[in-house]
Amino acid sequence: MNAEASAIRAQPLPGDFAIWIFIFAELTVFGVLFAAYAFARSAHLELFNAAQLGLNRVYGYVNTLLLVTSSYFVARASLSIKAGRSTACGHWLVGALGLGGCFLVVKLAEFHQDFAQGITLSANLFDMFYLSLTFFHFMHVVMGMAILAVVARKAYAGRYSAADHTGVETGGSYWHMVDLVWIILFALVYVIH
Amino acid sequence: MKYQSQAVAKPYFIAALALFVGQIVFGLIAGLQYLYGTFLFPELPFDVAHMSHTNLLIVWLLMAFMGAAYFIVPEEAQTELYSPKLALLTFWVFLTAGALTIAAYLFVPYAHLAAITGNAVLPTMGRGYLEQPLPTKIGIVLVALSLLFNVTMTLIKGRKTSINLILVGSLWGLALLFLPAFYFPQDTVKASFGWWWIVHGWVEGDWELILGALLGFILIKMTGVDREIVEKWIYIIVAMTLVSGIVGIGHHYYYTGAPSYWIWLGSIFSALEPLPFMLLIAFSFKMLLARRREHPNKAAMLWAMGTPIMAFLGAGLWGFMITLAPAQYYMHGTNFTAAHGHLAFFGAYAMVSLAIISYAMPLLRGRVANSAAAQRWEMAGFWIMVLSMIGIALALTGAGIVTVVLQRAAADPMPFMQVQDKERVFFWLRELAGVGFFVGLLVYLRSFFISGEYEYAGEMKRALAT
Repeated sequence: MNAEASAIRAQPLPGDFAIWIFIFAELTVFGVLFAAYAFARSAHLELFNAAQLGLNRVYGYVNTLLLVTSSYFVARASLSIKAGRSTACGHWLVGALGLGGCFLVVKLAEFHQDFAQGITLSANLFDMFYLSLTFFHFMHVVMGMAILAVVARKAYAGRYSAADHTGVETGGSYWHMVDLVWIILFALVYVIH
Repeated sequence: MKYQSQAVAKPYFIAALALFVGQIVFGLIAGLQYLYGTFLFPELPFDVAHMSHTNLLIVWLLMAFMGAAYFIVPEEAQTELYSPKLALLTFWVFLTAGALTIAAYLFVPYAHLAAITGNAVLPTMGRGYLEQPLPTKIGIVLVALSLLFNVTMTLIKGRKTSINLILVGSLWGLALLFLPAFYFPQDTVKASFGWWWIVHGWVEGDWELILGALLGFILIKMTGVDREIVEKWIYIIVAMTLVSGIVGIGHHYYYTGAPSYWIWLGSIFSALEPLPFMLLIAFSFKMLLARRREHPNKAAMLWAMGTPIMAFLGAGLWGFMITLAPAQYYMHGTNFTAAHGHLAFFGAYAMVSLAIISYAMPLLRGRVANSAAAQRWEMAGFWIMVLSMIGIALALTGAGIVTVVLQRAAADPMPFMQVQDKERVFFWLRELAGVGFFVGLLVYLRSFFISGEYEYAGEMKRALAT
C-alpha cells in the first residue's frame, strides 16, 4: 500500500459514526426511489419526456445554487470551529440555515405554481414521482435545518472547540447528504431528457 | 429495583404472561378448527376462538407495555412514580375489563353482546382486532389516560432522558391511534381506513418506537455502554421508522379505495420498512460487542439480541415478501399474511415484551438475575418458542403458496374450500409447531418457579473448573 492510500485510510470519518449509518440508510431510501423512477421512466418514456417539459427549471437552478452554497457555508463553519472560532462557526451555520430557508420558500412557490398548472399526484406517473420525490426531499431539508439549528445553538453557547467539534461535522455531514441527494434529484427529474 | 414504585410493574407482567397463555390456548383451538371445522362447535365456534386469540394478543402486549412503562419511566426519570396507587387501580380495572370481555365473547353470542352493550347507539364492533364491545373500548381509553397521566407527571417532575421521552411520547401515540376505533361509518372505504390506521399505525410506526425505547433501556442497563451512544442509535432508528413507516403504511391503500398513485408510494415505502429493523440489528450487536460488563442475566440478553433478528425476519423479510403491489395482488389475505402476522407480532412485540420481563422480573423479585438453573429453563423456552414460531410461519407460507398457485394465479381457479383441503398438510404442520410453541411457553414459565438467585462465586468456580 503506498503512502497516499494509507493516509486516506487513516483519516477517520468526519462526525459521529452513527450519522454515517443513518446517511447510508437515507441514501438507500433515495436510491430505491430513484431506481423506481428509472424503472417507471423506462416503461413510459414518452410520457415522462412530455410531462417533464411542464416543470419550470429556473426554480430548480436557483434551488441547486442555494443548496450548494449552503453546503459551502457549512464547510466554512466546520473550518471555523477547527480554528477555535465558535461564534464564526455559529454565523456560518445561521447563513446556511438562511439559505435552507430560501430553498424552502422557492420550493413552496414552485409547488404553488405546479398546483395552479394542474400538476397533482393523480395527473400522471411523472407528476406523481416529481411531487413525491421533491416533497420527500423537502422534508429532509426541514430535518437537516432542525439539526443545523441545534448545532448552531450549541456553537453559540460555546459547547464546541477546536479539539471537540464532532457535533458540527455530524450535522454538516447530514446536510451535505441532503445537498447531494438534491443534485442527483435535480439532474434526474428536471434535466435529463 | 431502584425505586419502590417500580414494583407496580409486577402484576402487569404476571397478568401479561397469563393472558399470553390464554392467547396460545385459543390459537391451538383455532388451528385445530382449520382441520376439524366442527371441533368444539357450537360451544366455541371458530370466529370466537379466532377473535379471542387476536384480542388476547393485543391485551397482553398492552399489559406488558404498560408494565414496562411503569418499570422504566421512574428509573429513567430518577424519581418515584407519580401515583403507584393509581397504577395499581388501573391494573385491576384493565384486568377485570379484559377478563369480562373474553368471558362475554365465550358465553354471549356476539350479536346479542352488541345489542346489550349499546352498539346501536355508537356502532364500533365487528372489525378485526377491534371486536371489543363499546364499554371495553371506553375502558381501554380510560386505562390509557390513567397510564399517560401517571407516566407524564412522573416525567415532568424527573430527569428527561431520550429513552423516556421516546417511550412516553410513543405511549401517547398508542392511545391517540386507538381513537379511530370509535369511528365506524357506513362507508366501507372510510371504515377500512379508520381500522387500518389503528392496527397498522401501531405495528408499523408507533410500536416500533416503543420497541426501540425498550431495547435501548435494556441495552443501556445490561451492557454498560454510554447512554449517549445508545440514545444516538435510538434517534436514528426512530427517524428511519418514521421516514419509511408514515408513507409505508399505505401499502394497501390502493386496494382499500385510494387513488392509484398509492400503488407506487405504498410499494416503495413499505419496501423500505425493513431498514429500521436492520438498524436495530446493527445497533444491538454493536452494543453487545462494545459491552463493558458481563451481566449475569444471560436470558434477558438472549431475548434482547433475539428480538431485532426475529423482528427483521417477521416484520421485515416476510412483510417485504408480500408488500410490492404485483406480489400483493396475488398474496393479499392468503396465509402469507398470516405467516407474516405471526412472525412479526411474535418477533417484534411479543419478544421485546418478554425481553423487558426477563430483565425486570428478577429485579422486581429482589435479585439481579435468576439462578443459572432458572435461566437454563428460560433460554430453553426461548429456543423452543422461536423455532416453533419459525415453523408456524413456514407452514403458513406453504399454505399461502398453495392458495396463490391453485386459486389466485390459476387460469382456472379452484374453489376456496377445495384449496383449503389441499392445504391440510400445512395446517397440520402449523398445529404441530403450535403445540411445540405451547411446550416452549410452559418451559419458559417453569423458569419462574425455580427459586434462588444467580450465584457469582459458584458460577465462577464452575466456569474455571471446565
